[in-house]
Amino acid sequence: MVAATVKKEPARKALPWLSGTIFLIVGFVLWPTLELFLMSFRTIDISGLIEGWAGLENYRMLAANFDLPPVLRRTIIWLVVVVGMTLAISLPLAQLMNAKFRGQKFLRYSIIIPWAASLVITATSFKWILDPYYGMMNLILKDLGIIKEDVDLLGNPSTSFIMLLIVAIFVSLPFTSYVLLAGLQSIPGEVLEAAKVDGAGGWKTYWTIIFPLLRPAFLVAAVINAVYVFNSFPIIWVMTTGGPGYETDTTTTFAYKIAFRDQDIGQSASLAVGNFLVIFIFIMLFLKLSKWREADQT
Amino acid sequence: MSVPAPIVKRRIKGFVLSVIGLATAFIFLFPYVTMFSTALKPKGDITDIPPTYLPQEWIWSNFINVFKEIAFGTYMKNTIIIALATMLIGLIASIPAGYFVARHNFRGRTLFLLVVLITQMFSPTTLLIGIYREMSVLNLINTYTGLILVNAAFNLAFAVWILSSFFRSIPKEIEEAAQIDGCSRFQAFRKVALPLALPGIVTTAIFIFIAAWNEFVVAYTLASQPAKQPFSVGLSLLTGYYEVKWNYLFAGSLIAIIPVVVLFIFIEKYLVSGLTAGSVK
Repeated sequence: MVAATVKKEPARKALPWLSGTIFLIVGFVLWPTLELFLMSFRTIDISGLIEGWAGLENYRMLAANFDLPPVLRRTIIWLVVVVGMTLAISLPLAQLMNAKFRGQKFLRYSIIIPWAASLVITATSFKWILDPYYGMMNLILKDLGIIKEDVDLLGNPSTSFIMLLIVAIFVSLPFTSYVLLAGLQSIPGEVLEAAKVDGAGGWKTYWTIIFPLLRPAFLVAAVINAVYVFNSFPIIWVMTTGGPGYETDTTTTFAYKIAFRDQDIGQSASLAVGNFLVIFIFIMLFLKLSKWREADQT
Repeated sequence: MSVPAPIVKRRIKGFVLSVIGLATAFIFLFPYVTMFSTALKPKGDITDIPPTYLPQEWIWSNFINVFKEIAFGTYMKNTIIIALATMLIGLIASIPAGYFVARHNFRGRTLFLLVVLITQMFSPTTLLIGIYREMSVLNLINTYTGLILVNAAFNLAFAVWILSSFFRSIPKEIEEAAQIDGCSRFQAFRKVALPLALPGIVTTAIFIFIAAWNEFVVAYTLASQPAKQPFSVGLSLLTGYYEVKWNYLFAGSLIAIIPVVVLFIFIEKYLVSGLTAGSVK
């Protein structure tokens, strides 16, 4: 509101202060984006030399790629299951992190670790845990009496994708539950007190009073998490390389394989453009949800 | 002497919560505890069938020998160089921008903030082919410079955003008073705003440092020479060998994880607000 009445300074005054940021964003974020779009319309030979314009040929090739449909289906499952399960688990988890008990700090610090640690390393650890011969998982499952014979959970196509989903949920939980925890902490104590005086029970208080107040944090966490999950590369790459075959690929790892293993840069670029557009939709959603203009004024 | 019922009830509730809390914490610690146990095992124990939960002999020297058994020293050197340089360049670019955006209203401000916010959600993973192409054109494949510039660029949005919110929280009047006392505008920024925003600058620095430290996909694509690879790439390639030295691999992994987890705990309270662009505080 103040902004409308105060006279704006000319842009050239801002330029020296913003130049570093503009240089890096234009030079190393926007340039590769443009480069990616251009390459999706070009014929590029196996050594990376540009031979000329291809029109929509790369997109046609991609559409005709018969490995693509199952990868697309799996990407949707990946996105929906990981984001959905993460949110579903994060709600009670954030509640637990917010409760008062001995060891609460310890819990909060433990949950930070998968967030702070390198994804490659966390994924490597899970790969080792799930190793059919030397891994801890078979040992635990046998000691608990759940299985009798060793199983190869990562090598078997019917279970490997499920394992990847579990690991992806595991590493998504910290961010989402911390966002929800911040949301919970911003609810004034008086609101909860008033609810108690009104005689609302635990469950009812939660759904009628707490959850509606958490909804903005919930939605923002969902969208940001969706972008992270959609882009997620290290988990799949480290644990299965998208294999066996293309059995555990999502569009992200699939695009990587087409470009850097099959050396079909043009076709990979067209898939990456598709990935980019999906993310762009999420960004638009995020801008709408975050009401960034208002946030900026405060 | 009996304890009143409500207190008993509260104590039971506290106890139950503690048990649930510790069990949950253990689930999150599980992969790292396993890593720790493996890192301490002697070479021979790694391929025991069935494996053991704990090392039969605790070989603490694995944490030293990792530098001899695998090229861990090179990986760490590369990681430290890349992470520190990314942090420095990121700060040099984002501090003035964060300050100016917080203090001034100028033509193009909305556009600038919008672009910053949108690029915060861009990911190098999607743009990898474009990045690779650009780096070939600029002759920056297999260089620190290439990795540093890309890392700095992709973490800039968060940096500008969190810094501007820190600068906004410093009352303008303090700087105006300094200007009345004879400081120039730039001096007021340097001598007054900058020191007061130090917690914000430290937070930003740590954030960029951790992001560059953990970065994988760009380095994996651009750094094919072992001499330039950070630990994330180097360690990931080790698992592809016929005989994996899991104990050294995880000893190295723990050395790489522990410092950033500690740093992360310090900045956690600012992260949520920065990563959600202030929409969750």
